[in-house]
Amino acid sequence: MPDNQVAPHNLKHHFADLEQQKETSTFGMWVFLITEIMFFGGAFSAYLVYRLHYYNAWVAGSQTMEIKLGAINTVVLICSSLTMVLAVHFAKLGRRQWTALCLVLTMALGFAFLGIKAVEYHGHWLHHEVPGPNFHFEHVGNYDPHQVMIFFSLYFAMTGLHALHMLIGAGLLTWLLVANARGRFTTEYNTPVEMVGLYWHFVDLVWIYLFPLLYLISHSHNG
Amino acid sequence: METISHTSQAKTNYLNADYGLKSWLLTTDHKRIGILYLISISVFFVLGGFFAMLIRLELLTPAGDLVLADTYNKLFTMHGVVMIFLFLIPAIPSVFGNFLVPMMVGAKDLAFPKLNLLSWYLFMIGASFIMYSVITGGLDTGWTFYTPYSTTYSNSNVVAAALGVFINGFSSIFTGLNIIVTVHRMRAPGLTWQRLPLFIWAHYATSVIMVLGTPVLAVTIVLVALERLFHFGIFDARYGGDPLLFQHLFWFYSHPAVYIMILPAMGVISEVLACFSRKRIFGYSFVAMSSIAIAVLGFLVWAHHMYVAGISTYAAIIFSLLTFFVAIPSAVKVFNWTATLYKGSITFETPMLYVFAFIGLFTIGGLTGVFLAAVGIDLHVTDTYFVVAHFHYVMVGGTVTAFLAALHFWWPKMTGKMYPEGFSKLSALFVFAGFNLTFFPQFLLGYLGMPRRYHAYPPEFQVLNVLSTAGASILAVGFLMPMLYFAWSLQYGKDAGDNPWKAAGLEWMTSSPPPTFNFDETPTVTWEAYNYDEIDAPGGPAQDKPTHNKGVEVAG
Amino acid sequence: MSSHAHPTVKMFVAVWIALLVLTALTVFVATLDLGPFNPVVALTIATIKALLVLLFFMELRYSTALTKVGVTAALFFLLILVWLTLSDYLTRGWTSYINPFQ
Repeated sequence: MPDNQVAPHNLKHHFADLEQQKETSTFGMWVFLITEIMFFGGAFSAYLVYRLHYYNAWVAGSQTMEIKLGAINTVVLICSSLTMVLAVHFAKLGRRQWTALCLVLTMALGFAFLGIKAVEYHGHWLHHEVPGPNFHFEHVGNYDPHQVMIFFSLYFAMTGLHALHMLIGAGLLTWLLVANARGRFTTEYNTPVEMVGLYWHFVDLVWIYLFPLLYLISHSHNG
Repeated sequence: METISHTSQAKTNYLNADYGLKSWLLTTDHKRIGILYLISISVFFVLGGFFAMLIRLELLTPAGDLVLADTYNKLFTMHGVVMIFLFLIPAIPSVFGNFLVPMMVGAKDLAFPKLNLLSWYLFMIGASFIMYSVITGGLDTGWTFYTPYSTTYSNSNVVAAALGVFINGFSSIFTGLNIIVTVHRMRAPGLTWQRLPLFIWAHYATSVIMVLGTPVLAVTIVLVALERLFHFGIFDARYGGDPLLFQHLFWFYSHPAVYIMILPAMGVISEVLACFSRKRIFGYSFVAMSSIAIAVLGFLVWAHHMYVAGISTYAAIIFSLLTFFVAIPSAVKVFNWTATLYKGSITFETPMLYVFAFIGLFTIGGLTGVFLAAVGIDLHVTDTYFVVAHFHYVMVGGTVTAFLAALHFWWPKMTGKMYPEGFSKLSALFVFAGFNLTFFPQFLLGYLGMPRRYHAYPPEFQVLNVLSTAGASILAVGFLMPMLYFAWSLQYGKDAGDNPWKAAGLEWMTSSPPPTFNFDETPTVTWEAYNYDEIDAPGGPAQDKPTHNKGVEVAG
Repeated sequence: MSSHAHPTVKMFVAVWIALLVLTALTVFVATLDLGPFNPVVALTIATIKALLVLLFFMELRYSTALTKVGVTAALFFLLILVWLTLSDYLTRGWTSYINPFQ
């Protein structure tokens, strides 16, 4: 509709008003997250099929995971979700400095997660737990070592995809920081912060399931 | 009935609003993006057809004497990959969906125009990886990438092709996302769901499938690539991996994918059939709900591709039953289209010829699908030419036919030009005759036992194969002619006027070609879909109501 | 603006603390031997955490019905993928081939 009044400069031409634009953006991001649910869901399905058949191998593999690091990482991500939701909160209030601080904290926590993950991966590498020609697994238990390799394959695939998503999230946060510094976000227009927030929380959600499924399978874990 | 006569060229429209390569490659106009897709998929259709030609030439003789067996494996693989991923899946949604969805809902563009452009670039990048795979030796795993051949034993360019399909998948996902959000959030005032054209219902259902199914293919391809590159062992039986798990994950997408291919086609048929019968579609709600039903039920049937692969008998029975169910909504549509024809004022312009072809050929293809749903029959004809004939009847007799119907129907809208009707009718005849001669013998071949994906066969099958190849050459002519006369029409075609078919639908109420922002004023819709009784009434057509622009562009 | 009450910082912190507590709980429970209930408890706790994030951090509570339907649909079709795939795997041993011509 041609407007006789000046449209807000953040309003794209094909939307009638800011409200429609925001609702559309939000719904669009949720549809994207739906695709991500299906994406990770496929990997979870593969995990589930094998866990039912190769339970002992899954137990053996899980017992070599470092629960401490996994738990710390879970806490790190939960904290980053808090700082992210606060970033959105401050963006909606138009408080640029607090928004920037929270975004920086979120990013720092994200990198902390990736750093700890790198330490874990390195540990797996040293213990010959990376699938491929160098794979060599020894652990107490009644399992088929070949099947443990499948466990580790899925472990690396799923946590690797998750880490990739976190990297993308870090990129999005960088973009937000730059835009925020340029004063792009106001009390009226802060949709991008909220959208990146939704994405970030989703990545946290995936980890909330990955952690128990990969690290906490066995009972009576010995450290 | 009058149309306001004006020369399209004098007015600013989306084609002449801006010139230069950059204005096309950086466009966010959904109509231009639709044209970009049209050019791309046409090129890939020719490439896929080229592979088909080599296949049919090889199969002229029983001996494998044209190409080596390994080469033949690459030919049918590349034919499948190119035709499915680079033509059939994007053809109608990314060309006509992109062009028409915003106009049909009365919007100025899709919800996310830049994402739309990204979709096209992802399509081209994915296609480039697939082309790289073709050029550097080809892929020979079959378009189905079955493990462990694709992950361990094949020496062809699996990773490049897999990466290409992966990237392509995101093109599909983003298009689907855009359409869903647009239909929900950007309909014009008064345009309730029950007033939407069935084309929109069909594309909405298609988009739901794209959004829910494609990501599963994406993650499956990632696992295949990881396995091939790093020897992960997920599908490798030496480590306890199950090749059938790949098939479950693969077909969970790839079966709904065939509904991505056919649902938009059905949407096209509804539009064209209503126009050339001058009647609203009979049973509108049933047809709309059938689109949704096909999308939902389509996700429940995937293992009918795996009856003989080693799944349990009980699972086969469950999937067989579900597959019988999914045929029902398609049949509902065919019955409703037929009922629409009854007492309609039918004319036989080229788009309508393709509609009739579709109804007959899709019915044959769909019924043979029901035969295949029965485990007892499938045990005998799976992996034979019976299956090949079945899916070509639905994909070529169905989707490609509907694509041609759409191209002829909306060409005047997209370009402002008419194509030559005599030549178009002739090429429709070539397509119909050539298609049936190509693929009907294949039903017989399959029933008689000729396996698919073999470059040599027993001599008793030669006659039917020769008939099939002969048909293919006629079909090729039928496909080539439109390329020539459409190109000709751009320069020499008659000016179409805004609505040469006097069709219903918001897209026909703006100029041909449309202005960049589609409508000067967002229309307020107060009429039902397919209001041909109003359009054809002696009092004057609905189009002349003052709320609709006639292409005069107002700034902003 | 949306017509729901604005969530407060206090609410976010409360949810955060709940998530941390649940994380500690799930780690602790993993050290106990509950037999077949270990995964049940672990996944239940994970789901509670997920719901907290979804409903409060992602504000799914305040989202449109359409969004909620969409998320439900995704979970439904994921369930279909898992369930129907398992319908194959769990029934594979059920029949053995019987030759009618013997």
